[in-house]
Amino acid sequence: MTRPTPESLAHRATPATVAAAVNTAPISVAPVATTGAGALVRSLEALGVEVAFGIPGGAILPAYDPLFDSKVRHILVRHEQGAGHAATGYAQATGKVGVCIATSGPGATNLVTPIADAYMDSVPIVAITGQVGRPYIGTDAFQEADIQGITLPITKHNFLVQTPEELPRIMAEAFHLASSGRPGPVLVDIPKDVLQAQTVFAWPPTLDLPGYRPTLHPHGKQIREAARLIAAAKRPVLYVGGGVHKAGATDGLRKLAELTGIPVVTTLMGIGAFPDSHPQHLGMPGMHGTVPAVYAMQKSDLLVTLGARFDDRVTGQLDSFAPDAKIVHADIDPAEIGKNRHADVPIVGDARHVIDELIAAVSATAAGTEQYAAWWSTLNDIRDRYPIGYDEPTDGTLAPQYVIERLGALVGPDAIYCAGVGQHQMWASQFIKYEKPGTWLNSGGAGTMGYAVPAAMGAKVAKPDTTVWAIDGDGCFQMTNQELATCALEGIPIKVALINNGNLGMVRQWQTLFYDGRYSNTELGTHKHRIPDFVKLAEALGCIGLRCESKDDVDKIIQQAMEINDAPVVIDFTVGKDAMVWPMVAAGTSNDEIMFARDVRPTFEEDDL
Amino acid sequence: MTNKHTLSVLVENKPGVLARVSGLFSRRSFNIDSLAVGETENPDVSRITIVVNADSSPLEQVTKQLNKLVNVLKIVELDPAQSVQRELLLVKVRADRAQRSQVLETVELFRARVIDVAPDTLTIEATGNPDKLDALLRDLEPYGIKEMVQSGLVAIGRGSRSITTGPALRAA
Repeated sequence: MTRPTPESLAHRATPATVAAAVNTAPISVAPVATTGAGALVRSLEALGVEVAFGIPGGAILPAYDPLFDSKVRHILVRHEQGAGHAATGYAQATGKVGVCIATSGPGATNLVTPIADAYMDSVPIVAITGQVGRPYIGTDAFQEADIQGITLPITKHNFLVQTPEELPRIMAEAFHLASSGRPGPVLVDIPKDVLQAQTVFAWPPTLDLPGYRPTLHPHGKQIREAARLIAAAKRPVLYVGGGVHKAGATDGLRKLAELTGIPVVTTLMGIGAFPDSHPQHLGMPGMHGTVPAVYAMQKSDLLVTLGARFDDRVTGQLDSFAPDAKIVHADIDPAEIGKNRHADVPIVGDARHVIDELIAAVSATAAGTEQYAAWWSTLNDIRDRYPIGYDEPTDGTLAPQYVIERLGALVGPDAIYCAGVGQHQMWASQFIKYEKPGTWLNSGGAGTMGYAVPAAMGAKVAKPDTTVWAIDGDGCFQMTNQELATCALEGIPIKVALINNGNLGMVRQWQTLFYDGRYSNTELGTHKHRIPDFVKLAEALGCIGLRCESKDDVDKIIQQAMEINDAPVVIDFTVGKDAMVWPMVAAGTSNDEIMFARDVRPTFEEDDL
Repeated sequence: MTNKHTLSVLVENKPGVLARVSGLFSRRSFNIDSLAVGETENPDVSRITIVVNADSSPLEQVTKQLNKLVNVLKIVELDPAQSVQRELLLVKVRADRAQRSQVLETVELFRARVIDVAPDTLTIEATGNPDKLDALLRDLEPYGIKEMVQSGLVAIGRGSRSITTGPALRAA
């Protein structure tokens, strides 16, 4: 008896799809005898991989032998977490797939944090891990960890390779999955004996992903409906997230914004998608967003959401978020639509296609930009009254905001800025003017302290001719600064602006505001005891170490660092510990409760609306 | 009113797929009432029948999240009125000489079967929809249930149409 073969399940990706997954033009390789390890390295070459960050160990060791002769550059990091964030920084700076490699057990588990980080921020990376040999799996063997099970919830997909024959196909699938649709991390776990076994390598393989069909093109009816709502709206806002970067849709976004005259807000992941200097840009929404951006969303009657996901840091208390707004929500991931906020017009598609089709549809309705005159007059008033700013410290300490503002002014909009997580990250988002896509890298969704130095390293490897500044805190820096040794030895001259306030600053700010100033475990001793001495630490790691303690020296020392291009530089900016990030919407409260500064609530002219 | 929904999930028949599906439910805080898995007419494809207790909005979210799993091929919600839904029940009931005939009468009434006999117990096999099996258990309870085991629910659409040949359900 023959079994029926359902046609709908017989879908097979064509070899043409492989081309879409690779970083360069597709190549073809006639069958050649090699080992599993050889097939792995040849697959990486065929996929156009230029660089991989990693550390060898027992189980992955066979792969490092053919890697030794490969044109793929391997950068030996000091901790696997550094390899993961470097792959992320590389991917965020280029849009290409970042690659990291670790051995089994603790090597693989050290990748867990950067994988989770890349998952939250939809970054295309492929993590390759060694695994104990197939006969040992499940026996609690030396350096065994079920990394496939561990990373199940934090990868877009993961593989445990069963035979050397399937390696080329799985590598091609991993790259295709990581880079297409909503990008994300993919892990490939390879048992040691699979790497050692003999096999035949040929390229290209045929992808076998019958259940994977991302929707790129939006539905025409939904686009027309969105255009109709835009034409009818009085107080619309373009709510722009990281998806616009990933889709390469920033030119289209500018066209759409200028065509319609609608105000734009860019989320933490969307920064750089629309020039900060553009008159239609209201800044970042959310917990530490600008007053005009938060206000505009709260009072809006239509949020045109492009590649953003109504994250809790943006919406504040969800029930009172943008209460009068209809929602157009465009995302490549259908599961994001309606997850947190009901969408009146759901649009599934790639942001570039969505924006291009919206431009066409909006041009057809041609409402003109005058209809938002009243809206703009209100917003301009709010913008004039509540600009981003800070108070000069009264205790004579250096203001961290001043340091970051000067850094942005002196270094300019062509550099890549890569922030850690905390107060310095928020100030870097507020006080540096971003004009171009891909110039602002940070850990948005996961909020991974320790991201900055290794991610900056990855970005610098990707763009060696671009200046890359890591803006880090003294807490974050102590989590991953070992990668400066990698930078020094591998010729990766990143620059680190260390905003050293001697404390876990953001936590301290919350203790100031919400815990009666009881500073439990936030004092790091980097001021009081100068442990560590960051200048000496930088020097020990093969970098140039500089220190800046007064306002008068800020420009001079930044310029000094800018002139050094043959070694990594670390500037220890010793700043005051009491500076706070404002504006602020306290966690769990309504965006209507935004505070412009401590005890300063903005006043809004309700009559304007 | 019940919020129970029956989802038929077609997945690639590969190692670890069940863990992906069940793990997704727990990490996204969705509750599974019942889950059953087995091969289909196509050996490359397994079919997971999941009963979830959810309002329509969380149900839509769980369906979308399931669709994101690379190994998931297709998801169909089966309308109870348009499908046949069955569970399997094995139950060991106390039945000494005095009670045995009454127990057998109940077995007969529910069109169940006796599959094992011991001096003081009967082991009964029954299939049916969950309501029928609940009713059977209610009737057997007074005699004393020593042990019972139930399968997850399996379900299939009525009529000649097959969900394994229709267009894939992928869109939002």
